[in-house]
Amino acid sequence: MSPQRNSDLVSRRAAKPHTSMFLRMLMRAAVLRRGRAASALLAMVVAAAVATAMLNLYVDVQAKLRKEFRNYGANIVVVAKDGQVLPAEALDKVESALAGHGLAVPFAYVVARTSDGQSVVVSGTDLDRVRKLDSWWSVTAWPNAPKDALVGTRAAEVVSPQGKPFDLSFQERTIHLTPVGTLRTGAAEDSRIYLSLQDFENWTGVQPSMIEIASSGSSEEVSALVQKLSQALPAAEVRPIRQIMEGEARVLGKTRATLAAAAVLIIATAALCVLSTLIGWVFDRRRDFAIMKALGASEGLIGGFFAAEAAALGAVGAIIGFGIGVGVAAWIGRVNFHAPVVPRFNVLPVVLVGSVAVALISAVLPIFLLRRVQPAMILRGE
Amino acid sequence: MFGRLVYESFRRQKRRKLLAGVAITLGVGVATAMIAVATDIGDKISRELRSYGANLIVTPQEDTLDVQISGVDLKPPSDGAYLNEADLPKIKGMFWRNNIVGFAPMLPVSVRLSGSDDATNLTLLGTYFSKRLTFGKQDFATGVRITHPWWKVQGTWPDDNSSDVLLGEKLAARLGRKAGDEIEIASQAHRVAGILSTGGAEDNQIVAPLALAQQILGKPGAVRRLYVSALTKPEDAFARRDPQSLRGAEYDRWYCSPYAASIAFQLQEAIPHSHAEQIRQIAQNEGTVLSRIKGLMLLVTLAALFASALAVSAAMATAIFERRSEVGLMKALGAGSVSVAALFFAEALLLALIGGVVGFAGGALLARQIGRSIFDSQITIEPVLFPVILAIAVIVTFAGSAMAIRRAVKFDPVYALRGEA
Repeated sequence: MSPQRNSDLVSRRAAKPHTSMFLRMLMRAAVLRRGRAASALLAMVVAAAVATAMLNLYVDVQAKLRKEFRNYGANIVVVAKDGQVLPAEALDKVESALAGHGLAVPFAYVVARTSDGQSVVVSGTDLDRVRKLDSWWSVTAWPNAPKDALVGTRAAEVVSPQGKPFDLSFQERTIHLTPVGTLRTGAAEDSRIYLSLQDFENWTGVQPSMIEIASSGSSEEVSALVQKLSQALPAAEVRPIRQIMEGEARVLGKTRATLAAAAVLIIATAALCVLSTLIGWVFDRRRDFAIMKALGASEGLIGGFFAAEAAALGAVGAIIGFGIGVGVAAWIGRVNFHAPVVPRFNVLPVVLVGSVAVALISAVLPIFLLRRVQPAMILRGE
Repeated sequence: MFGRLVYESFRRQKRRKLLAGVAITLGVGVATAMIAVATDIGDKISRELRSYGANLIVTPQEDTLDVQISGVDLKPPSDGAYLNEADLPKIKGMFWRNNIVGFAPMLPVSVRLSGSDDATNLTLLGTYFSKRLTFGKQDFATGVRITHPWWKVQGTWPDDNSSDVLLGEKLAARLGRKAGDEIEIASQAHRVAGILSTGGAEDNQIVAPLALAQQILGKPGAVRRLYVSALTKPEDAFARRDPQSLRGAEYDRWYCSPYAASIAFQLQEAIPHSHAEQIRQIAQNEGTVLSRIKGLMLLVTLAALFASALAVSAAMATAIFERRSEVGLMKALGAGSVSVAALFFAEALLLALIGGVVGFAGGALLARQIGRSIFDSQITIEPVLFPVILAIAVIVTFAGSAMAIRRAVKFDPVYALRGEA
């Protein structure tokens, strides 16, 4: 072998990255010290899983809670201006603006007289939709046949104390109604009588004057919808129900803030757990470090080796942990909200970068501390 | 000798002990904060849910039917019965008085504006804004500012003892009045203290102190209805039982639980000739929202406990793993596995106790900080939590150390002494 070729080989070796050896060392380190590597990986996986679950929950909780808040009923109301009725196509316009993201229920009202001359408010509405919109109504039986009426508890004492059929008159026209159920809400509805919209219009000829809307969007979406409806229905007044909107925004905001604080605490604890495990792991392998150094490896190479190892561990842990975390979030969703939390894949890069960063910090820190130590000291067991 | 071993171990290995101690302290701190927040969140959210307004309504027992369409009262004002204003402070003498956040009486009367060509009748709503009342030794303020937090006023809120009024924003726009103007109601001049915006029927009304409405109506002490905002417990099957059918201890249990139904029942007892009812839209939904949020926080707290237990175990395992050569030396000198394990467990116990106490204090501070920044109120930490947290800290530290101690004890002293650990 000529010196020319020899130096050529040396320079080629120096230039070429020691890929195969590097990879082999990485793999062997994991395989030979299974126990320690497994415990480091476990810590990584658990931390990534907890972080994923918390981030997923935090992103999704708003949608989940908003659904619960819709049980409070309508958040927008459309009212005809000053004693007019709404145009006939109003409900269709509202429905097209909603595009399936909510529920709209028309109400028509008149003040009718009972047979002994008392005034009572009678309302015509779509009873099937009311049942969905106002889930808090406590109703003994919902009417389904024509001329059936739902009577508020206080109205029932006046119009038919024994539950017998009764007559109501409005502008000389009389209707004969059967009270099939009583309604209790604790509010104005208790003094009213509810009919199906068809019976109501046949009897009074009065069109709906109010539409109650439960929109399932965020508060910005609700404001946008109010704007859109005001333009589509110039004859009507469209307003958000502030009581419902503000209460919801407040409770939602506080819950999200609490959850965020919890997420920060939990993720910090998990990161700490990874940090202490990984630092222990690297410290434990200071003999590897010393041997490499004794064999002439540069500090950069050793640092790179441990960093690559940590990064690989972080990445693998993050991906496994992401899968588990999504499962945990889905389980929490199912247990608490009876609907799984949808996996958010935009959380994955955050978890991945975070895991690798924590792993790198915990690998580089001990290397930095060991750098000043002579390899001989470590090898001698000191 | 044992005591000295432990003492020297702490004195000489300050860095390692500090690392393990910090991990335990942080773990315990996070666990304490999360448990404190989770146990108190029901109470806090319950208060936030009060921003939905009153959940109970009291009406006169012998009342005629309401004739009300979308918040506008069409009933002739002379019609129907009234509650007596003098009975209202008695609410603060009820069993659940501390759960009553506030109450606001309402008295709508029909008025005509003089000096205006607007001939239609207007509604003037008499109420408390933030009225000071006394019952026995209690001094408290109550009114719509507490029960109807979504009411916004441009200008100032009128004083309850003055004859200033608020104008609904739509009415004010129609009349062209603004805050500070004068308005003549029933041939008397009143100052408009502010413009009221509620997003409801009140936007077209005049809202005035209760005494003014009573004076216009000519019925001193009259109240049409009373809105009560109370902290309640979510309704369960027991809450729905009819109090009349309950006997003895069961009745006492029902009466002494803050269900909306039992508070309504007590309101009826406190105010003569009244009928109290829960406003189901508010009262019923409160329970579901509350239980969802509480459930969520409970599960999150479990996750936090799990994460901190893991952090503590990891730190302990690392700390013990590093001391295998020491174990080898002890064993070579004739120490048995039991005494080596006992030494490690004693150290772990000491660390857990110190970390537990410091962590508990830190966690309590953290919980207080969370409560103050999110809910503007203190999070109370039950003293019973302290021994529980300490016990958890010790158990978790032991559990975390057990595996590492077992491996350390089994380790052959020869390898340890040769430095092949």
